[in-house]
Amino acid sequence: MDIKDIIKPENLVYKRTPLLTSNTLSYCPGCGHGTTHRVIMEVIEEMGIQADTIGIAPVGCSVLAYDFMDIDMVQAAHGRAPAVATGIKRTWPEKFVFSYQGDGDLAAIGTSETIHCCNRGESIVIIFINNGIYGMTGGQMAPTTLVGMKSSTSPYGRDVAFMGNPLKITELVAQLPGTCFVTRQAVHTPAAVRKTKKAVRMAFENQKANKGLSFIEVVSNCNSGWKMTPVAANKWMEENMFPFYPLGDMKVDGRIVSKELLSLAGVKTE
Amino acid sequence: MGELQLMKGNEAIAEAAIRAGCDAYFGYPITPQSEVLEYLMSEKAYERTGMVVLQAESELAAINMVYGAASTGKRVMTSSSSPGISLKQEGISYMAGAELPCLIVNVVRGGPGLGTIQPSQADYFQSTKGGGHGDYRLLVLAPASVQEMSDFVKLAFDLAFKYRNPALILSDGVIGQMMEKVELFEQQPRATTFDQSWVTTGKTPNRERNIITSLNLDPVLQEQHNHHLQEKYERMKAEVRFERYHCDDAEYLMVAYGSSARICQKAVLLAREKGIRVGLLRPITLYPFPSEPLLELSKQVKGILSVEMSAGQMIEDVRLAVHDTVKVEHYGRYGGVIHSPEEVLDAFMKKIVGG
Repeated sequence: MDIKDIIKPENLVYKRTPLLTSNTLSYCPGCGHGTTHRVIMEVIEEMGIQADTIGIAPVGCSVLAYDFMDIDMVQAAHGRAPAVATGIKRTWPEKFVFSYQGDGDLAAIGTSETIHCCNRGESIVIIFINNGIYGMTGGQMAPTTLVGMKSSTSPYGRDVAFMGNPLKITELVAQLPGTCFVTRQAVHTPAAVRKTKKAVRMAFENQKANKGLSFIEVVSNCNSGWKMTPVAANKWMEENMFPFYPLGDMKVDGRIVSKELLSLAGVKTE
Repeated sequence: MGELQLMKGNEAIAEAAIRAGCDAYFGYPITPQSEVLEYLMSEKAYERTGMVVLQAESELAAINMVYGAASTGKRVMTSSSSPGISLKQEGISYMAGAELPCLIVNVVRGGPGLGTIQPSQADYFQSTKGGGHGDYRLLVLAPASVQEMSDFVKLAFDLAFKYRNPALILSDGVIGQMMEKVELFEQQPRATTFDQSWVTTGKTPNRERNIITSLNLDPVLQEQHNHHLQEKYERMKAEVRFERYHCDDAEYLMVAYGSSARICQKAVLLAREKGIRVGLLRPITLYPFPSEPLLELSKQVKGILSVEMSAGQMIEDVRLAVHDTVKVEHYGRYGGVIHSPEEVLDAFMKKIVGG
């Protein structure tokens, strides 16, 4: 059979969304950034909102996100993406605005902007990639680095007494009145990708309905920073990251649904 | 004649922002400029013109909200005082790099550090030499009256958009807090009517995507971008503005801006009562600095006193302008203390006439 017999419209099972450019991704093979980019761009394409969407790129591995997403984008200073997004959304309330941030950007240097943007209930979407490490600068300890986890600045493992605790910022913002939808997802399997896409769609629909801030954490790997193969990194993520950062919705339509958060608030769920 | 009001300098800034058709103000309280945000809120600027007014959680957030709104082509501003402006420097550098127009107001107080809440002019270096990291310049206007606090808001927006560059109004606690009569200009529409080819308001099918960034990982391209910026800063020199006061027959000269220029006007008159012919050159733009008019004037005078509420910052530009052809000395009280006309005259007699 000739290859020309296979390449036919009726045989098409997957097509890259035109909202992803054909530039070669700068991410390491096996990294979750590329998949997450695709999911966001597919949702924007399906909703037909490219002409009304502005994305904010952070400092970190995804600093060049604007090379891959075919939408208008603004690159923000380290940690300041939620403030930049606020400036755009407040002056263009009818537009769709989202920030795309890593754990160092969102949960360390930008903690203040994150908390206050969420608490004001800016009607934007925040996509938060948590891989427990500073990828771009070469694998240093992040605010989300697990206890005992090795990084180039915690070479013998994260010692809580010395380096403090990992920060569950998503649980934190779920408790703020300004957030509408807060969820934690992953992109390491087809099923996980489908769930993440559903969450991204809900987040943009919330923005369309002006319901408040939607916050999606994507637990991802950093096989280069973790010094593992992509397959081993995903396995390690499932075994170590997911128990501490459990996947699932925490808040939907302004109501906390996470049992862990409800029990913290003294609400009996059983 | 336009509407006359007795206003504080800070209130004049806020009223002028509304009337200049400013789209958004993002700020954080700090003495001695908090009246700007207070006035915008009490005047319900958001109802008068639909302008966005938001109190941010920090100066960092405020300047980055400005960055965001400016990237979409809006006429947007912030104001603060010295320690707050230091915090904003990162964002200002990003905006200079990304060539975003905006207005920043600095109502200067004494430093360094938390310093004092009293007036100072010790932020001259920070304002005119860049301020944050990298090679860049801001358009810097120095008002010497409440009237100019109002007028320069409109002028600064026009210049910022003309050059796609942040503009800074360098005021101080005297001008910000004192009340004077001000003639307000007519309300301008908020309609944005400039070249929108670069703004990030959503990629439409008829154009390529727009990107606002100050990043260029290729050093050769980054150097090219820097060349482009430097050419722009050269072109900005056409905007030089200054005022001559009793200069025609002057045999000595004072150079001062902002509130020090007001004080020097009195010192000039006191000197002339003694029969000493002194003039005053008041730079209105600090970047670009009026170097050529100063060089011209230096040819007719025997000495120049640079007066500034600092340990001596502007004097460096004065000396560069006159090429060491005439004696130049600095005088100023600083750290929050305001010099009197008599103190200026005394320093002038000792350092320039008698020195």
